[in-house]
Amino acid sequence: MKTHWQILVVDDEEVMCESLAAWLREDGYVVDTAASGREALEKAQKKDYAIYFVDLKMPGGMDGIETMMQIRRLHPEASIIIITAYATVDTAITAMKEGAQEYIVKPCNPEEISLLVSRIVRVKNLQRENTILRKKLTRQYTVHDVISKNAKMQEVLRLAREVASLRSTVLIQGESGTGKELVARALHNSGDRALKPFVAVSCAALAETLLESELFGHEKGAFTGAAQQRQGKFEQADGGTIFLDEIGDISPKLQVDLLRVLQDRSFYRVGGSQEIRVDVRVIAATNVNLQQAVTEGKFREDLFYRLNVIQIRIPPLRERREDIPLLADHFLERITHELGKEVDGICESALRVMMDYNWPGNVRELENAIERAVVTCRQPKLTEEDFLFLAPGATEGRTWSPPAGMSIQDMEKVLIAATIQRAGGNIKESAAILGIDRSTLYEKIKKYEIPR
Amino acid sequence: MAATPETDKKVVQAICSHVEADFAVPVREIDLPGVDFAFDAGRGQYGSIGVLSMVQRLCPADALKILAITERDLFIPVLTFVFGQAQLGGRAGVVSLARLRQEFYGLAGNDGVFMERAHKEVLHETGHLFGLVHCPDQRCAMSLATSVRQIDGKDAAFCERCSAHLRRGPTGSS
Repeated sequence: MKTHWQILVVDDEEVMCESLAAWLREDGYVVDTAASGREALEKAQKKDYAIYFVDLKMPGGMDGIETMMQIRRLHPEASIIIITAYATVDTAITAMKEGAQEYIVKPCNPEEISLLVSRIVRVKNLQRENTILRKKLTRQYTVHDVISKNAKMQEVLRLAREVASLRSTVLIQGESGTGKELVARALHNSGDRALKPFVAVSCAALAETLLESELFGHEKGAFTGAAQQRQGKFEQADGGTIFLDEIGDISPKLQVDLLRVLQDRSFYRVGGSQEIRVDVRVIAATNVNLQQAVTEGKFREDLFYRLNVIQIRIPPLRERREDIPLLADHFLERITHELGKEVDGICESALRVMMDYNWPGNVRELENAIERAVVTCRQPKLTEEDFLFLAPGATEGRTWSPPAGMSIQDMEKVLIAATIQRAGGNIKESAAILGIDRSTLYEKIKKYEIPR
Repeated sequence: MAATPETDKKVVQAICSHVEADFAVPVREIDLPGVDFAFDAGRGQYGSIGVLSMVQRLCPADALKILAITERDLFIPVLTFVFGQAQLGGRAGVVSLARLRQEFYGLAGNDGVFMERAHKEVLHETGHLFGLVHCPDQRCAMSLATSVRQIDGKDAAFCERCSAHLRRGPTGSS
C-alpha cells in the first residue's frame, strides 16, 4: 500500500519542492517537504521516510550529498534519490558512491519518476514482507516461553536470553517432550546468529556410520553408495547453530570426533583428507543424566565438560502445572485452526483431569492429548469425556505397556471384555467407547465367545 | 469550466457537456485571461503552478470547483511536461490540450482522438479535485498517464473503486 511508505522532498526552491510533492501526492503517497538539508535531518529524526528526493545544490553548508550521508547514518535502509539540474559525471559518481539509489536530472520525464518510485516501493514491500515473515518465524519458536508462568521456566528463559549471543556451547537437559528443541531454537533466534542456519540433528535416530556421514559429510566414493560428495550438518550450519539432540546416545567413536570439532572447530568429511573449518555454535540436548553416564564410563568426561559450558535444565511438565492451562489453550487454538474445527474452549472438568495427570510425556504428550480431544470431541467445548484416554490411575502417570506375546486377536478380546464389564454390560455404551457399531460388537462377542 | 483565450470554444463546450454528464453537476463556463505571465522562455513552456494560482484566485465564490482548459504546453519544474495539474481535494485544476493533439507529434490531426483524450484528462484532473489519487487499474480514468499512448489505453470513465469513492461524497474546497 502506497500510504505505508512516506516520502520527503528536500529542495531549497519552494516551487520545485512543492510541485514534486504535489505530483507524488496525486500518486497516493504521503509526502513531506524540507527546504534545506538541516530541516530534512530534523524531519528524518522524527520520521523514518522510505524515500528521499534530495536536491544536489542547496545553500547553507549542507548540500545534497552531505544531507544524504547524514540521512543514511540515521536510516541506512532509506532510498535516496539525488535530483539536480546541473548534472556532471563527477557528481553522479560521487552521489552513487555515497549511497544514492538514483541520480536524476531535472526536468525529467514524468514516466521516469513514476517508474522509479514504483520500483523502489515494490522492493521495499518485498523487504517488509520478508522481515515480517522472519519475525513471525521467530515468534513461533518463542511462544512457549511467553506462555509460561512457572518460576523455574522463567529462569530457564532468562538464562537462554543471556547466553543467546554467546558462542559458548549449551547443554540442555530435560525429560523427553519438555521442549528442548524449542528452547534451542529460541536461543538461536534470540541471538546474533538468528538470521543464520539452525540445523537440528537427532543423534539417536541414525546408526553410527550414517550419523558420522550426516554430521561431517562425505567424499565421493567414501563408502558404498557415496555416489557424490555431500556436505554434512556441521557445514550446513556454518555461521549459525547446530542442535545435537539426544547427544547421550552417540557412540564412543563419534564422541571422539565431536570432541575434536568442539576443540578445534574443524573436522574431516568421511573419506576426506581436507580439513574443514566451520564457525558453528553447538547446542546439545539430552534426557540422559550425562554425569552419571560419565561415571559409568558410557560418556567421555572431556566431551561432557566441553558440552556442559552452559547448562540449561528444563523442568518436566509435572513441575510446572500452572502452565498446563496456558499450554492447553495455546494448543487448542493452533490445532482447531489447523483442523478447521470449532471448539470454544476447555471445561473446568477437563482442566482438572489435565492438572491431575502427571504427563510422563510432558508438553509433547499434552499437545497430542489436546489434538486427540479436538478430533473426537462432540461438544462445543472439550470436556472430561474427551480426556478419558488418559490412563486410569493417571495421577501416578503409569505408562501402559502391552503384555508380551499377545496377538492382535487376544488384545481385541481382552479390550472388548474389559469395556463391556466397565459399561456394566451395556452394549450400546460399550460400542460407543470402542468406536464401533453395535452389530460389529455383537459379531465380535460371538467370535470371541465373550460372556456378557 | 474556465478557458484561456486561445482555447477553441467548441472544444470547451464539448468538455462541459462531458463533465455535466460524468459528474451530474451543473457546469458553467467562464473566460480566463491569458497565461503569458507564466511563460518560461528557457523551456518554451508555461509554468503550471503559476497558472493554477491564477485559476484559484479567479474561481467564482459560488463554484464548487474550477477547471481551466488551455492550449498552452504546461510544465512543473521537476518534470519535462504535465498534461494537467489539480489540487488534490482542492478547488482548482488545469488541463493542457497541447500534447493531446496528434499534430504535436508531427502526425495528421484527428479530432475524434483529440476529443477523447481531452475528455479523459478532464475526468482525471477533476477526479483529483474530488480527492481521487492515481488508480492502479490502467483502464481507469484515474490511472497515471505519462504519454498519449497511455491516455488512449484508458477508458473515459472511473473504475468501480474510484466511482465508489466519489459516491461517498465530494470533498470540500480546500
